[in-house]
Amino acid sequence: MADISISHLVKTYPGGADRATDDVSLAIKDGDFTVLLGPSGCGKTTLLRMLAGLEYPDSGSISVGGRDVTYLPPNKRNMSMVFQSYAVFPHRKVRYNIGFGLQMAKVNSKEIERKVQWAADLLQLTPYLDRLPAQLSGGQRQRVAVARAIVMDADVLLMDEPLSNLDALLRLTFRSELKKIVKDLGTTTVYVTHDQSEALSLGDQVAVMRKGRIAQLGDPLDVYDAPADKFVGGFIGSPPMNFISAAVTDSGDALRVGDQNLHAPSMLRSFANEDIVLGVRAENIGVATDRSSGDIPATVLVVEPMGSSVLLTVDVDGQSIKVQAPPTFRTSPHQTIWLTFSPNTMRFYDGATSMALEAK
Amino acid sequence: MSTPTVDTAPLRRQRRNRIYLQIACVTISIFMLVPIYLISLAALSTRESLNEFPLSLLPTNISFDTLDAFLSSTGIFGALGNSVIVGIGTVLLSAVLGIPGGYALARFAFPGKEPYQLFLLFTRALPIVVLSVPLAKLFLTTNIYDTTYGVILLHTSLALPTTILISASVFLSVPVDVEEAARIFGCGPLGAFARVVMPMALPGLAAASIFTFVMSWNEVLGASILTLDHRTLPAQVLTSLSDSPLAYRFAGGFALVIPSIIFIAFMRRYLTNMWGSTIR
Repeated sequence: MADISISHLVKTYPGGADRATDDVSLAIKDGDFTVLLGPSGCGKTTLLRMLAGLEYPDSGSISVGGRDVTYLPPNKRNMSMVFQSYAVFPHRKVRYNIGFGLQMAKVNSKEIERKVQWAADLLQLTPYLDRLPAQLSGGQRQRVAVARAIVMDADVLLMDEPLSNLDALLRLTFRSELKKIVKDLGTTTVYVTHDQSEALSLGDQVAVMRKGRIAQLGDPLDVYDAPADKFVGGFIGSPPMNFISAAVTDSGDALRVGDQNLHAPSMLRSFANEDIVLGVRAENIGVATDRSSGDIPATVLVVEPMGSSVLLTVDVDGQSIKVQAPPTFRTSPHQTIWLTFSPNTMRFYDGATSMALEAK
Repeated sequence: MSTPTVDTAPLRRQRRNRIYLQIACVTISIFMLVPIYLISLAALSTRESLNEFPLSLLPTNISFDTLDAFLSSTGIFGALGNSVIVGIGTVLLSAVLGIPGGYALARFAFPGKEPYQLFLLFTRALPIVVLSVPLAKLFLTTNIYDTTYGVILLHTSLALPTTILISASVFLSVPVDVEEAARIFGCGPLGAFARVVMPMALPGLAAASIFTFVMSWNEVLGASILTLDHRTLPAQVLTSLSDSPLAYRFAGGFALVIPSIIFIAFMRRYLTNMWGSTIR
C-alpha cells in the first residue's frame, strides 16, 4: 500500500500530433480509490499504462510510496492490474493463473496455495480452480483476473475498464462486489472507466479527463453536483446537465431566459448585464401542470416514461431542455407545463470559456 | 385460419448439400491416399509379384525383401540419416533465427517494415541453382562442402522467409494484453515470452516447423549440388534412380514419404488447438 504522486506527466505517442497526456499532475492518498473518467481518447488509459510501466512518459515523474518509478519496468513496480480483456493465460488452469504473480515473486508453494484458495473463495471460483479459462464464462474469467490481481499484496491495484466486457446485469452485481473487495483490501486503487455511473459509485475521488488533461478532480458527489466546466456537466449524469443560455439583468438580481425571468442568487450580482450559461440537472427542475409563483412556462416536446421517473424534453423559449419528472406526472406533447428552478441547484458557466463562474 | 403448407425444400436442400460435402471429403481423401497406398503396396511386395499381371490391389503377399534390399543398398541408410539430421537441424536453426524475427515483425513498428517483409521473400525468388553454385564454392573454401551442416545452412536460408512470416502472423494472434499481464505480474521481457507468449504461439509455430521440415525433406537440387558422399535421401535416390530396377524405385518412394508423414502426424496435435478452444 502506498500513496501515488504523479507530476507533470507528458506523453506523445510516436506519430501522434496531440499529447496523449498533457502535463497531468495527480496526488492519490494511500488506500484511496481513484477513478479516471473520460470519453475515449482522453488519455485516461495512457495515464494508467504509464502508472503500470507499460508506457514510458516523455517527461514528468511518478512516485509510489516515495519511490520514483517513472522509468521502472512493470515487473519492478509491485503493482497488479486487471485488464479490460481479462488477459488470463489461456494455456494454464485457473489455479495457476491466480497464483502466477506469487510464483513469479518466488513465494513458497504453501503460501501460494493458501492465497489462491482465499481469493477463489472470495470470488466464488473454488469449483473452477482446475479448469482452463476457455471453459469459463466471461464473468468468471473476469473474476479470475481480479483474483490474480488481489492475491499480490501490491502497492497499487490498477484496473482498466474491468467491467466493460460484462453484460449489463453482471456489471451491476460485480460492481458492488468489487467495491467491497477493494474496500476490505484497503489497497490504493486506480480505476479507468468511461462509464460515469461506475465512476460515481466506486470512487473516493474522480478525475474527469478530457484531451489529455484533468478537467476536474473531486469526490464523486462534488463532481456531479458542481461540475467545474460545461464538459464535466455534460459528460457526467444521465441525462447530461442542461445548459441554458441566459442573461443577468442590469440590477443583477434576476436571470433572463428568453422572455422569462428567474430569481438570481446573490453571487450573480457581480455579473450584472452579462450573458452566461445556466447549468441545471434534469432531476433538479420541478414541474407542475398549473402556474404558481416563480415558475416559467415550457412546451412539452417528448415524453419518455423511464419507470422510476418520466423524462421530458421541453422547449423554453426556443431552448430544449431535459426534465426528470416524478413517475406519477402525466402530460403529453404540446402541453404547457411550468418549471421551477431552485437557486441552490443552479450552476453558472461562462459562455466563452465554459468554466464555472466564481463570485468576483 | 389454417396453417399454410410447410415448404420443406430448404431443409431437403440443406441435407442434400451435407451429403455432397461428405462425398467431396471422401473423394479428396481417396485422391490423397491412393498414391500412398499404391506405393506402400509396391514397396512391400516381392520383386516377382510386381511383374505379375493383373497386379493385385490387395496386400496378399507382403514381403520386406524389396525394402530390405533398398535399405541395405549402399548409401541409403546413411542418406536417410542425413535427411533426418538435415530436416531437424533446419527446423531448429530456422526456429532459433526465425521466431525472434517473426516476433519483432509482429510486435514492433520500425521504419521500412513493409519493404523488409517483401525483401524477405526475395531469397525464394532466386532459383536454387543460382544460389547453390556460389554456395558450393563458398562451402568448398570454408571446408563445409559435402557436410550436413552445409545443407542445413542452405535449407535454413530457404525456410527462413516463411518461418519469419508465418511466426509473425502467429504472434500477431497472441493478444498483447496477455503479455503485458505477464510483465505486470513479475516477468521480465524474456520471461513473459517464454512463459506466456511461446506456449500460446506453439500450435502455429508447429505448423511452421512442419512446413520447414517437409521443405527440407523434399529439397533435391541444392542438396545434390552441395554434397557428394553425404547425400540426403532424395538426392541419393535421384542419382541412383535412373539405373535401378522398378522395385527399388517404389521402395525409394516409400522411404521418402513415410518419415514426413510420421513427422506431420506427430506435430499434428500441436496444430489443432491445444486448450479446448482457439487462442483467446
